[in-house]
Parts: sequence; C-alpha cells; structure tokens
Amino acid sequence: MTDLIELDGVEKVFDVRRKTGRWRREKRQVRAVDGISFRVPRGEMVGYIGPNGAGKSTTIKMLTGILTPSAGRIGVAGLDPSRERTKMAQRIGVVFGQRTTLWWDLPLYDSYRLAHRMYRIPDARFRENLDRCVELLDLASLLDVPVRQLSLGQRMRGDIAAALLHDPDVLYLDEPTIGLDVISKAKVRQFLRDLNAERATTILLTTHDLTDIEQLCKRVMVIDHGRLMYDGALAGLHEAGESERTLVVDLERELPPVRAEGARVIKVEGPRQWLAFPASASAAPLVAQIAAEYPLVDLSVREPDIEAVIARMYEGPEVH
Amino acid sequence: MPDAPEAVGAAGVAGATDAMDATGVVGVAGAAGVTERLPAPGMWATYTMIAGMWIRSTLAYRASFVMMLVGNFLVTAFDFVVIALMFSQVRSLGGYSFAEVAFLYGTSTTAFGLANALLGSIDKLGARVRDGTLDTLLVRPAPVLAQVAADRFGLQRLGRLLQGGLVLGGSLLALHVHWTVLKVLLVPVMLLSGTAIFCAVFVAGAAFQFWAQDAAEVQSAFTYGGQTLLQYPPTVFAKDMVRGVTYIFPLAFVNWLPALYILGRPYPLGLPSWLAFTPPLVAALCLTLAGLAWRVGVRAYRSTGS
Ligand SMILES: Nc1ncnc2c1ncn2[C@@H]1O[C@H](COP(=O)(O)OP(=O)(O)O)[C@@H](O)[C@H]1O
Ligand SMILES: [Mg+2]
Repeated sequence: MTDLIELDGVEKVFDVRRKTGRWRREKRQVRAVDGISFRVPRGEMVGYIGPNGAGKSTTIKMLTGILTPSAGRIGVAGLDPSRERTKMAQRIGVVFGQRTTLWWDLPLYDSYRLAHRMYRIPDARFRENLDRCVELLDLASLLDVPVRQLSLGQRMRGDIAAALLHDPDVLYLDEPTIGLDVISKAKVRQFLRDLNAERATTILLTTHDLTDIEQLCKRVMVIDHGRLMYDGALAGLHEAGESERTLVVDLERELPPVRAEGARVIKVEGPRQWLAFPASASAAPLVAQIAAEYPLVDLSVREPDIEAVIARMYEGPEVH
Repeated sequence: MPDAPEAVGAAGVAGATDAMDATGVVGVAGAAGVTERLPAPGMWATYTMIAGMWIRSTLAYRASFVMMLVGNFLVTAFDFVVIALMFSQVRSLGGYSFAEVAFLYGTSTTAFGLANALLGSIDKLGARVRDGTLDTLLVRPAPVLAQVAADRFGLQRLGRLLQGGLVLGGSLLALHVHWTVLKVLLVPVMLLSGTAIFCAVFVAGAAFQFWAQDAAEVQSAFTYGGQTLLQYPPTVFAKDMVRGVTYIFPLAFVNWLPALYILGRPYPLGLPSWLAFTPPLVAALCLTLAGLAWRVGVRAYRSTGS
C-alpha cells in the first residue's frame, strides 16, 4: 500500500508578540503543532478532530504548503508542500470552511472558468467534472449568482466543486460543515462519501461535528495541544473515551425515573427524561424496552459531542 | 464586442491549450491515476487570465465603466490643471518653460499610469496578510504576485495613462528641442524603464507589507508621491531631496535624468550626462531587488489563527 501523505515529527512554532504595556512587548512561542507523525494511504478518508486551537488548521496549512514546518518532514504525493507549493497545488483540492477560495464579487461560474485555465484542465474533463458537481451539489441555479450573495451552505458546496474540478489526488477540508444547516450538511456528506467511494480520492477533513466523522470516516485522528492523542477506528475512540449517547424520551405524564437495562436516567424535567447509554451500544433494544413498559410519546437520540469525548479521554485514569 | 475582453484572457492561455494537445498528456480519469500535470501558468499568463476575467465583468456594466474612466481621467488631470494655472502667473518654473514642465509631467504620469494600471491592486496585500485570505491564493497553482496584482484589475485606471499620454504628446509638439536619433530613441526607453522602476516600487512596497501590514500609506507616499515629485523639474526641490531620489531611492532615473538630456538641461548635483542612458540598468536592478524582497516576504507569511 502506498502512503500518499507522510508526516514525520512535524512541528510548527509561532512567535507571538503581545503588548504588555505602552511600549513593552512580550515575546512568546506558541507550539501550534508539537511533533506529529502519521501516514495516510491513497484512497482513505480520515477525520482529524480536536478542540478549538488544537492545531488542526495549522496542520492543514502545512500539508497544503501555505506554512513551512518549523521542524520535521512532510511528503504529499512525493512532494514537499511548502517548497514545491505550485506543483503541490495542482494535485490537491482545499476547502476552508471559514473562508472561500471563490472569487467573492464575481458570479460562481467565473471561479470555475478561471480554475479551468489556471489548472489547465483538459476541456472534456472540465465539462465532465463540472457537470457532475453541478448535479450532485445542486449548483445549477447558482452559477450566475455572485459568490457574495450565496448562503453559507451554497457557498460551501460551490467551494467543494471548485476544489475538485482538476481531479486532485487529495482533498483537504477544514471544518466543511461548520455553520451549515441540516440539509446542506447531509448533501455535503453524501457527496464526499460518493467521491471517496467512486473516485478513490483521498480525503482528510477536520471537524467539530462528530456526526461528520461517524458518517464518513473509518479512521479518526484526535489532536490536542498540537499532539496526536489517538489514531485509529472511530469505535475505538468511543471506548477510549467511554463516551455515552443520550436518549431523550417524552412520556405521557410525569413519572418516576425510567428503569431500563443498560441505561441510567441523568435528568428529569416534567414528562421528559434523559437517559445515558454507552455509545457503542445500539439504541434499538433500549427504545423497544421503554416503549413496551412506558407510555411513550416521542423520543430522540443525541450523539456525544467531540469535546465531551475528548474530555473523557483525559479523565481516563491512565492518560495524563 | 463583449467578446473582446475574453480574447485578452484567452490570448494568455492559447499557448497552454496548444501544448496540451501536442503532448497528449490529458488528465487520466480517476483521481488516483493522474500522475502527469502540465506546468503551472507563469506570471504573465496568470496575470492576463485574472485581469481578463475582471475586464469582462467591468464591461458588463458599460455605462458605469465609462463614468469611472472619465472620472479617473478628470481627477488625475487635476494635477496638470494646477501646473497650467501656475504658468498663467509665471513664465517659468525653476527655470523650465511650460512645455518642458509638461514634458516632465507627461513622462512621469505615463510611466506611473502604466505601472499603476498593471500593479495598482497590489497595495491590498497588507489587508490579505492581516486577515489571512492570502491562504486562498497560496493553494492555487499560480504565482501569488500575479494573482494579487491582477485582482480587481481596473480598466478605469487607464484614465490616468490616457491623460498623461495626451500631455506628453502635446509637450512633444510644443518643445523646441534639437531632436537627434539618440534623443528620439530615449523617449520610449525612458517610458518603459520608468514604468519598470515604478513597478519595482509597487512590488517592494507590497513585500514590505508582509511584515508591516499597515504600510499601504507608506507605499503610496513613494508611488503617488514619487509620481507628483517627478512632474516638476529637479531645480524646484532642495538638494537633499534630489540626492535622496537619485542615490537612495532611484526615482530620478524614471524621467529626470533621461529627460534632462533630451531637454539639454544641466544635470543636478553635477552628475555626468551619460546617466541619461542608465535607466534600463537601474530598472533591472530595482526589479531584481523587489522580486527578492517579495520572495522573502512570501516565505515569512504565517497566516492567522482562526
Ligand atoms: N498565524 C498564527 N500566528 C500565531 N498563532 C497562531 C497562528 N495560527 C495558529 N496559531 C495558534 O496555534 C494554535 C493552533 O491553531 P489552529 O491550528 O488554528 O487550531 P484549530 O484549527 O485546531 O482550531 C492556536 O493556539 C492558535 O492561536
Ligand atoms: Mg481551525
């Protein structure tokens, strides 16, 4: 198996100056990425998660060649991203959730037309890729709209299309679902899943939303304070964090706490009760059991959020 | 007619399309399969494709474009109106006649106008560095300098160029100069070298903004300020000022030194007259230094934390 992305002991240190007085400035070093090594084989879809300020975006910026590592070695498709930035750019697609790579004041289609020329995409290939993206990402009615007039979800879909017209080997997505509504999120996820399955495009995505990872990635890497805390299957992450999902049930009337096997009530508010159960367990038997014994009106399942999972990882006795 | 700007952009990539057909290395289907990529577009190809896109979009609103062009023409022509008004009171300025000052004005404004039309957008670099949007240019396979310079290419900037060119043309008709072949050849050489020197100032100023993001004002002092300075004869300025723009910041090579040779005027600071022919060398040196500064600047770029 060939590894497309290779990182060895990569570090990024920022010198930050802070004003401490009228004239005085304090110089401080921030180790945004602190010795990270990993490998990603071709065709894999990997989730890169961690709390705010963990170093996710900094890693992506080094992988794309925007930033030069302070130490360590990076290879992507055999290239050194920051030294061979332009060559690298031809082989990768990048989507920043926080800022667009599209031309803000021009119609969406202009961005694609420019990409066609700048990436020197053969005409037939360009048409084919664009048509596919337009169809799957629902862009047909947006092509003539100036980018600044697009909603966040529309813009994100537009950005994803722009990142794929030149058949990149790797697609990096930094928080691609941040701020999107449920429908846009679902559309984006479906699209990425198909892309990875049908074209074997290697995908590395950072996110806050554990649902993204659950629906897309078999492998997940957790980073915090610039260090890799976990690298493995998603199920393993739940075990490592002993994370729990929450079942919210609405009963017909106020009742004493529900008794159910494999779950415990953590909160009661009138007829509504919250039950925690292991994330690794299925919700179905639990729901069946409650429905059989209690007057159930409505229910919903809440996924553990990433912060909680990671917080639990640290609370674990063997981790310091 | 709407196709005209398209052609500007297309010209830049026509070569690319040919190359594509010739090599036959057409992107292999399937993301994992693409191994060969065509070389990324160079500086000029990048510039023309982006500028062409903006021109097309500008021309979509033709009426507003014409208004902006006329506005730009009039606003920049105001500098010349000031000079003309002065000459309604005096017969000479620092020993120079109206036609001679108009010649200096025309050469300075034309050279600056061309450089400003080409690179005027580059002073937005500081803002891009501060807010981190330079990131999005760095992930494209094209020179960042060309991307920044061609962004929001404003065709209305040609107003200044047109205005400077008209004054220059008028002054050439009005001047009493004994034209030699050398002097005739020196005019286009001066304009091109002058443009190149101003371009270098634009690039160096932008490079400086990698470290000092609020330096756009400093940059305008040297670009717009330099242009205005050179519109007047060196005799009206203090010696130290003239020294500064000759030895330290070589704006004197944009038009003063070659123009004084053409006009047959004595050189300031007792400089030798062969300096009239050095602007191409000075321009090459300035562009090289500015290019280096830019490279160092890009390397120093550190994006922003989100
Ligand atoms: N350009 C920068 N200059 C200074 N500090 C930075 C810069 N970029 C990131 N940082 C700091 O590095 C750390 C990691 O940031 P980042 O990679 O953006 O985190 P994440 O994307 O995981 O939220 C943060 O403490 C952030 O403040
Ligand atoms: Mg981030």
